[in-house]
Amino acid sequence: MIKLIGVALIAAGFALRVNTLLVVLAAGLATGFAAGFSLNEIMAMIGKYFSDNRAMTLPIVLMLPVVGLLERYGLKERAEVLIRRSKAATAGRVILLYTAVRQISISLGVSIGGHAGAVRPLVAPMAEAAARGSGGELSSASVVQIRAHAAAGENIGNFFGEDIFIAVGAILLMKGFFEAQGMNVSVWAMALWGIPTAFIAFAAMWWRCRLLDRRIERAAAVETNPGGAQ
Amino acid sequence: MKIITVEACYAVVGLYLFVLAGRIAAERDHPRRWGSALFWTLLGVTFIGAKVLAPIIIGYFVVAMVVLAAMGQVTRGASHETSRQERVGHAERLRNRIFWPALLIPATAVVGTLILGELHHGDVWLVEPKQVTLIALSLGAMLALIVAMRTTGANVGAASREGSRLLQTLGWSLILPQMLAALGGIFAKAGVGEVVAGLVAQAVPTGVPWVAVLAYCGGMALFTMVMGNAFAAFAVITGGIGLPFIVKLHGGNPAIMAAIGMLSGYCGTLLTPMAANFNLVPAMLLELDDKHAVIKAQVPLALVIFAANVILMMVLVYRF
Repeated sequence: MIKLIGVALIAAGFALRVNTLLVVLAAGLATGFAAGFSLNEIMAMIGKYFSDNRAMTLPIVLMLPVVGLLERYGLKERAEVLIRRSKAATAGRVILLYTAVRQISISLGVSIGGHAGAVRPLVAPMAEAAARGSGGELSSASVVQIRAHAAAGENIGNFFGEDIFIAVGAILLMKGFFEAQGMNVSVWAMALWGIPTAFIAFAAMWWRCRLLDRRIERAAAVETNPGGAQ
Repeated sequence: MKIITVEACYAVVGLYLFVLAGRIAAERDHPRRWGSALFWTLLGVTFIGAKVLAPIIIGYFVVAMVVLAAMGQVTRGASHETSRQERVGHAERLRNRIFWPALLIPATAVVGTLILGELHHGDVWLVEPKQVTLIALSLGAMLALIVAMRTTGANVGAASREGSRLLQTLGWSLILPQMLAALGGIFAKAGVGEVVAGLVAQAVPTGVPWVAVLAYCGGMALFTMVMGNAFAAFAVITGGIGLPFIVKLHGGNPAIMAAIGMLSGYCGTLLTPMAANFNLVPAMLLELDDKHAVIKAQVPLALVIFAANVILMMVLVYRF
């Protein structure tokens, strides 16, 4: 039970809004000591896992110079011009279309998109422009909602498409786990049984995107007609 | 032998972080000039030196970075963002050409994943086959940068300045995903998972088939929230709850259990700040004041998908 002290520290630290890095370090030290490791052993573990997970940071750092440069030369502004020409475009539809592209491509084994490479420079500005329509202004609450849903679409497409492709981490990890237990479980079967959830996840995203559009419409209606409620 | 290794890509990242640190050190009006420059230098060293330095040294470097961040030494410099008018002007001049570099990154990723991993002459491989996705992405980003500089007529200095502007927007939260992964590793070594699996198995009547399904899916989601990573939760919860109860006791289908169990874990990923690379870093990238806005948008999605997963597994796992 004492080993759960790290979990408790994380929960308390996040709730009290202490610097997140500090909370994580404290939780690591506390858990390590509770399990009987020495300080040097814990430091070596932190160093090893920190290095092993450099792949998490690499795409962001390498993507930012090109994204920053394109933004400076009007990438967002151009995306807004294009999206305004399409009458059917709404914030929800833009995000849902991106979710579909992301989910289908990764289920075929191709990882494109990402928060730094696609959501910030393209998807979020396009969705915002679609919501603005012809010249209207958006409340800051609507902007936050649109951006957060764009990030959610990236995650949903990524997570719930990935497990359909047999050569990716998740399926291979499960296969390896069963092999270590002396069981032979087919990768095809595991990929197949991921498909129903993939459809449900996309349907759930469709529902959220519709709701997002309705909320934006309602907020805009209140704005253009502030006395309407009386 | 491999010509392009993933370590080379990490070295490029490290070198760029040194450039960023140098830029900050030269910025006289930067509020925390030396602390910030030191932070990015240390991060650069961990990227370049991971295979040379002992893990314990990297560990102490990480602690130094955490201390700098906690003391408020890692901040962004004075921003010199261009005016909207200027950007609209560029957009009108460049028209759709501005999109090509942005689309080049996914295009390179596709081509790279399909072809680069196969290219070899005897024992000499062009890229490390196991790391082809990451290498293709890195090459795509660099190629896109070159094309972007040609299209816009900007020089290397401008590109590096824009990159450092965005990196400083992220600040220390850039290393949060790696820190949380390290914490997950320590949790795993310390046996936190076994404690959690034991508690769940004791607390609920897993002798009832549908309760076992609920305990397994719930365990996957909850432990993923703790670890920030469904992969780490999978071995522990499947070993502690899934295999002994669903498969061995009640004769469930292991493929269905594993597939839907992992996807239940992903529902946990949508809900936890521990999965910083999916939930917190995007909020920073999109410049949202509420760091948890992405998680809040995902709560209804995660709950619906989780409920569907539990029902699917209850219906399917004992039938096939």
